[in-house]
Amino acid sequence: MVIRSPTSKFLVGFLFASPLDRRSILFTGDWCMPYKLTVNGQSKTVDVPPDMPLLWVLRDVLNLKGTKFGCGIGQCGACTVHIGGQARRACQTQISAVNAPITTIEGLSADGSHPLQKAWLELDVPQCGYCQAGQLMSAAALLTRTPKPTDTDIDQAMTGNVCRCGTYLRIREAIHLAANGGRKA
Amino acid sequence: MQTTKQLNRRSFIKVSALAGGGIVIGLYTDPDFLAQERGAPAPVPATPINPNTYIKVHADNTFTIVAKNPETGQGIRNSLPMVVADEFDVDWKQVKIEQADRDDKYGRDMGAPNVSQREGGSTATPQNYQPMRNVGATGRAMMVAAAAKRWNVPAAELATGSGIVTHTPTKRTATYASLAETALSMPVPDLASVKLKGPKDFKIMGRDIRGVDNFAIVTGKPSFSIDVNPPGMLHAVYEKCPVFGGKVVSANLDEIKKLPGVRHAFVIDARPPQPAPVQGPPAGPNVTWASGVAIVADNWWLANNARKSLKIVWDEGPVASQSTAGYLAQAKQLAGTQASQTPLGGGPRSAKEGDAEATFKTAAKIVEADYYFPLLSHAPLEPMNSTAHYKDGKLEIWSPSQTPEKFNAAIPAGIQNEDVTFHLVRAGGGFGRRLYNEYDIEVSKIARLVSDERAKAGLATVPVKLLWTREDDLHHDDYRPSGNHYLKAGLDASGKLIAFRDYVASHGTTSVIPANEFPRGHVANFWVSEGNISPYGIPVGALRAPPTNGVSFVLQSFIDEIAYAAGKDPLQYRLDLLNNPTAPPPTFTDASFGAPFNYKRAIVVLEAVRDMSDWNNRRANLPKGTGLGVAFQFAHSGYVAYVAEVTVTQEKKLKVTKVWSAIDIGRQIVNPLHATNLVQGGFIEAMSHMMAWEITIDKGRVVQNNFNQYQPTRMKNAPPSIEVKFLQTNFSPTGLGEPSLPPAIPAISNAIYAATGIRIRSLPLGSQGYTWV
Repeated sequence: MVIRSPTSKFLVGFLFASPLDRRSILFTGDWCMPYKLTVNGQSKTVDVPPDMPLLWVLRDVLNLKGTKFGCGIGQCGACTVHIGGQARRACQTQISAVNAPITTIEGLSADGSHPLQKAWLELDVPQCGYCQAGQLMSAAALLTRTPKPTDTDIDQAMTGNVCRCGTYLRIREAIHLAANGGRKA
Repeated sequence: MQTTKQLNRRSFIKVSALAGGGIVIGLYTDPDFLAQERGAPAPVPATPINPNTYIKVHADNTFTIVAKNPETGQGIRNSLPMVVADEFDVDWKQVKIEQADRDDKYGRDMGAPNVSQREGGSTATPQNYQPMRNVGATGRAMMVAAAAKRWNVPAAELATGSGIVTHTPTKRTATYASLAETALSMPVPDLASVKLKGPKDFKIMGRDIRGVDNFAIVTGKPSFSIDVNPPGMLHAVYEKCPVFGGKVVSANLDEIKKLPGVRHAFVIDARPPQPAPVQGPPAGPNVTWASGVAIVADNWWLANNARKSLKIVWDEGPVASQSTAGYLAQAKQLAGTQASQTPLGGGPRSAKEGDAEATFKTAAKIVEADYYFPLLSHAPLEPMNSTAHYKDGKLEIWSPSQTPEKFNAAIPAGIQNEDVTFHLVRAGGGFGRRLYNEYDIEVSKIARLVSDERAKAGLATVPVKLLWTREDDLHHDDYRPSGNHYLKAGLDASGKLIAFRDYVASHGTTSVIPANEFPRGHVANFWVSEGNISPYGIPVGALRAPPTNGVSFVLQSFIDEIAYAAGKDPLQYRLDLLNNPTAPPPTFTDASFGAPFNYKRAIVVLEAVRDMSDWNNRRANLPKGTGLGVAFQFAHSGYVAYVAEVTVTQEKKLKVTKVWSAIDIGRQIVNPLHATNLVQGGFIEAMSHMMAWEITIDKGRVVQNNFNQYQPTRMKNAPPSIEVKFLQTNFSPTGLGEPSLPPAIPAISNAIYAATGIRIRSLPLGSQGYTWV
């Protein structure tokens, strides 16, 4: 599947067209490159600038809105995705540096059945909910490497994910619940 | 077919047929009446009666209930429909929630006495609890009346539940859906004859109901304002002067327009506050916007990238000479010259009872302290954004506003309110930030300019999303005002508080003056006065729980100091003060909203938190370096008391180890599951205020850029537990968004004192060498 960024079509165009008409001119700018990605198990090609952060490729090119923008400097964790199974900040990952399959919140499970998603629902974790995709992705990476985390493991793995509403107590409880097979410890 | 019933002078229940079967039940509130009741100055155009719909009864006996208020995380999209559904007597699993658009038929604006579509001031529950019950109960009464007619039996023999009417003697049943048509043909019952449920019959209210959007949230479905994505949408950024009030003189727009992906670039001139007419009512809402440069591109990253190439000549204006250091110096100077002088003016921002200055001279003991809390930015996690499409003289907007208003879109787009379609979209946190609607105003202006420019080029109009960066948000907020408090207390020989004074060096008109706060009414000589830091060019506004979010830290810490100076247990000292109101007790209300302070309710929460935390025993047996602190606050009609346990090391490493809270917000907690979450979140937000949050000004601009300089509380800082108890006293239900925050701060700072003997008189702690463990 090839998805062409609308941005890729008009670099040369601006020389002889008004900016408003650029979209109709079919030139690929030399500031764009095709990148082959695997996103949630599907293969995609995006034609974007090499320094475009994965976050904005996901949101504005691939139309996957689940990964969130919070700070743009890797401080809040709202944009956490998995690259090769590792939790990564998509706002700090240039598309040219992506070298392994990507999983986003949309691909954490097909139907919301990941144990962490079930635990989040069971304990009614969200307040505003904006950070929760990033929280879930960080928690999922934690459980992959540490299936039975302690509070300290959780604090360390999750401390890069800000919840401005302060749902940390429920997040902690939900991770334990998921690690415990959905049974309260 | 429709039937209408006037409930009282200003409300109607209206029932009408639903396409495809079923009926619609609405509560219509006459906006003209509401406007008149508030003394609205502008004439209000007549609105045709057109009932808003709260309940839709579908042919398959499922029900759609409309959530009318904006959802920012406070859980209102659940809780108001829960009230309707419970009185209507259907099962929650039969209910689907539909978010209302902004519409005057739900109540015109912020001052609406009964209904309004705003999120602020913890007002949604107190304003809507009763009207929503009325809607649900009227719907239920109509179903009962329809069944009574069909079976020709007395209504008294009929029972309801799960959307079914049952004739108890014969066990005949009928679904609401099957009764809908009959109900439609019958008169709407008098509200006086409509019986509301007793609390013991509630099946939804008071139960743990999970968030209606939770599944979308945990699976990453588009749910938030930032996710709005109408076809063909372009993306905008808006660069404003870093100095407040600064203006664009010129910008290199021609170069910007040549950058990759950029479609449009404009300079937008400021719209200053509109002068009030010399006579008569103001011409309309005073919508303003700041001067800046808008860049519109194919995707947001390209638009934002283009900002790096912007060359703007700014006229920075007079605020460029102002700084936090200057404000602090002026505050100190004001306090030195004015604090013990007769207060200037008077009015609601100051208070004087008895003669505090004279009493100080006779006091056995004097306690004096200066307190400070800084400017704060709200920093909800979803940066400011809004999406608008201007087409053919009309504008459609998708907004995360807490105070959604069509005029914020209409005025910048140069059109009338009735030409605006206003969608309310879930917001990634509010905390008061989205009471201020610059993003709606800016995007509407930009959307109009984009469509006009495209029309000239013969191109179709497109929607535009404006998204701010985190830096934009920290640099352009309406900040929680800072406070400089100069306090003095006089005690008699027994330790009793006999005189209390707070002089506040304040700024602007935003409420930082604790004229109506405890210990007023519980000390014979009470004096609050203020002086103004001027000039002061920083925009200030409401952050969760104004004004007590800062004032509670000051007053509940200073009361603690007084208690220790008196040699008393600080919790018991508060109870003793509360138990001895002055005679006659002064009447004053919470400075922002709601009913008068009722000291008996404050006593109840303090006693409850004392017992929950085992205060006396625990306090007597604490290890070194561990302390217990207490604080209570009356805020937004709610009463909250906390006890916090902290440990503090020699290196000022701080940990909150346990928290207890007792809360009185009236007899009914609509959704306890979310209510508990809100209280725990309020405490954790307070920890951000406590440790790291501070906005400082240098050369008229904000110093802090992003979360690395404005650290929120993180997972590892969060206490292991925050115990929450709702007391459910016999008072009307009130809101919870705000009250849980303010007393959390002094509970922690008082615990630090108990642990170390060091009194915290200034925030944040991070600038005094403290860190969380």
